[in-house]
Amino acid sequence: MFKPLQSLLRPIFLRLESGVDWLVGPGANPLYHLGALTFFFFWIVAATGLYLFIPYETSVATVYQSVEKITHEQWYFSGVMRSLHRYGSDAMVVTTMVHLTREFAFDRFSGARWFAWITGVPLLAFLFTSGITGYWLVWDMLAQYLAVGSLEWVDWFGIFGESTARNFLFRGFLTDRFFTLLIFIHIFVPLFLLIVMFVHIIRISRPGVNPPKLLAWGTFLMLLALSFVFPATSHGPADLGVEPAVLNLDWFYMFLYPVFDNWGPAKLWALVAVVAVALFVMPWLQFKKRPAAAEVHLDQCNGCTRCTLDCPFGAVVMINRTDGRPFAREAKVDPDICTACGICVGSCPTSTPFRSAAQLATGIDLPGLPLVALKEKVVAAMDRLNGGPATVIVFGCEHGVDAASLEGEGVASVTVPCTGMIPPPFVDFILSDGGADGVLLTGCRPGDCFHRLGPRWTDARMTGAREPALRDRVPRERVRTAWASPDQPNKLKAEMAAFRADLAALEASAVAPPKKEAAHA
Amino acid sequence: MLDFGFLKTVRPRHFLGQALIYLGTAAFIAWLSAHPTYTRLAPDQGVLKLSLTHAGQRAEPCHERTPEELAKLPPNMRAKMSCSRARLPVTLEMDLNGKTIFRETAAPAGLSKDGNSRFYHRYVLPAGAHRLAVRLRDGRGPAFDYTAERDVIVQPGKIMVIDFINDKGQFIFLGV
Ligand code: HEM
Ligand code: SF4
Ligand code: SF4
Repeated sequence: MFKPLQSLLRPIFLRLESGVDWLVGPGANPLYHLGALTFFFFWIVAATGLYLFIPYETSVATVYQSVEKITHEQWYFSGVMRSLHRYGSDAMVVTTMVHLTREFAFDRFSGARWFAWITGVPLLAFLFTSGITGYWLVWDMLAQYLAVGSLEWVDWFGIFGESTARNFLFRGFLTDRFFTLLIFIHIFVPLFLLIVMFVHIIRISRPGVNPPKLLAWGTFLMLLALSFVFPATSHGPADLGVEPAVLNLDWFYMFLYPVFDNWGPAKLWALVAVVAVALFVMPWLQFKKRPAAAEVHLDQCNGCTRCTLDCPFGAVVMINRTDGRPFAREAKVDPDICTACGICVGSCPTSTPFRSAAQLATGIDLPGLPLVALKEKVVAAMDRLNGGPATVIVFGCEHGVDAASLEGEGVASVTVPCTGMIPPPFVDFILSDGGADGVLLTGCRPGDCFHRLGPRWTDARMTGAREPALRDRVPRERVRTAWASPDQPNKLKAEMAAFRADLAALEASAVAPPKKEAAHA
Repeated sequence: MLDFGFLKTVRPRHFLGQALIYLGTAAFIAWLSAHPTYTRLAPDQGVLKLSLTHAGQRAEPCHERTPEELAKLPPNMRAKMSCSRARLPVTLEMDLNGKTIFRETAAPAGLSKDGNSRFYHRYVLPAGAHRLAVRLRDGRGPAFDYTAERDVIVQPGKIMVIDFINDKGQFIFLGV
């Protein structure tokens, strides 16, 4: 149902990401850290907000003047705090909107992901409410426009016996209590926002909530510079006898107000309701068959916890042993959260091909591609390699460049849901058995990984930095990872060519032992 | 406390690239947080707000309960007068320079229909002289219970309010 829009958006994102990768390096590409940046901006806004709370005065008579004082008297400090508060909030809208569009484009909102998506919707409501009530606090002409407009909109429901917008009809209707109430709202709604932000990521393991240092410093300095160059200012003071006529709207937060002016309350409520309901039901409109969740085989599981540590979605938990075997714990999968990526299969120490077919079993397996079938695929690929120089088995995933497109003379491929599913012993198996001269593992760029952590764990396991590590006896120069997103088939081809050239050079040099004999010795 | 070691791993091109990206983003944020300007009112226009809340008359007049009626009620509710709390809907009309531009009948608020009827409407008018007539019906009869007519000057950029003072049963024109 969403395919057409997704296939329009995805190439745009991929192209943008490639471009930004080139410009700033993959480590500091903001497009890979949109959620984390939103968190970071929240902290900036919260810190500056706490400061601004001190000089702000909640009395009708002095509120506007107090904001003017904040802005102009100590422009280099409290003025800058105000600007950071404003621009940080704007930046939050930018990163949130791009984040949600990107999650949609990359199809990361349905299936096991429904929870993150559903909790994202109230985040939008809290974010906009926080921002708009912030602008009310200034009590300038813009605030008056927003206050009257918002209340006219809410009044349409008639939930309050009186028309609340009537409170803004006459000078003198407003009391100091109004601003005390506003401050209260403007503190508590962002607090709810923060709570829901944490709920939003509760089902994800190792969520990126902190951007890389370079990105954090860079964006902070960006906001700081912006605050000095274009300090945030107010409109003229509110005057209930005067209609706000010419306004410099903050379009990030206020784009719906002109719509309200044109449409009136009923149509705008309809629009908001339709969008909200659409967002809420979207995860279930994706009529795709969900692949079967991972299954634990207790007779193999020794409770080592590696699957729990590596699962990107926190879908495996360790519970007390239920089968009486002499281990304290056992793994248990929550099928509702499991995306069937297979990363747990790659992490399990029992996932090894060095057993006869009858004994081939693992502690945690994917019903869609069990270990037995994976070994068959690998053996079939090795059989397809009919000799030739510098032969390579390439492991690819369902979301990156199609590994099968590399098949040909001296290259055979195996595709799995996520490259993180490949247990290191399989690489050992291929190379030590002389099945191929090299193994290339490919998949999406780390920031794009559909299953979040595939490239990260694969790199760590292959370099030996993380258990299960590739055994020391495997010559590292014969194993390579090459991450490439679907829009980079040529990059992958080039990496493959370079890898094979290196393998050929290895063969030619005397240093390389004739490995086939070595393996059979 | 602060560790800037990470900077050593960054290539110069990437510093330049970052500067470029941040410049673009900052410009985008700076621009869209205050532009384009939104003009709601031309210099020669003013605003008229017709806003009032008023309770219609009682839907049924109160009546004195007969002894039989009283006997049927639980002892603690045996009040002599029976008054339904429900109210009639209120109709409000307004003419601008002889033409009717507003005509609405508002039901009383509340589940038991015992609240106020509410009206709220905003008009943008050319500044200058206008003749306004307002009529309100809160009873059963075909005739309007309250009427008012005024010559007003709409000031450019200003808000004029028409309200109804319930205690006095009188329309008021504010900011004329
Ligand atoms: C205040 C605003 C938001 C913040 C701070 C935020 C933060 C985050 C973070 C930190 C992640 C984890 C990213 C990772 O490490 O892989 C994430 C994931 C996600 N977010 Fe948000 N988000 C926000 C708003 C939204 C909205 C509005 C939506 C959609 C309606 C949304 C949908 C998602 C989805 C679908 C995921 C993916 C979860 C997964 O990969 O399983 N988020 N968000
Ligand atoms: S298949 Fe993936 S999501 Fe499911 S339990 Fe294993 S690692 Fe977690
Ligand atoms: S990695 Fe394998 S052995 Fe370890 S707890 Fe998970 S299923 Fe059990």
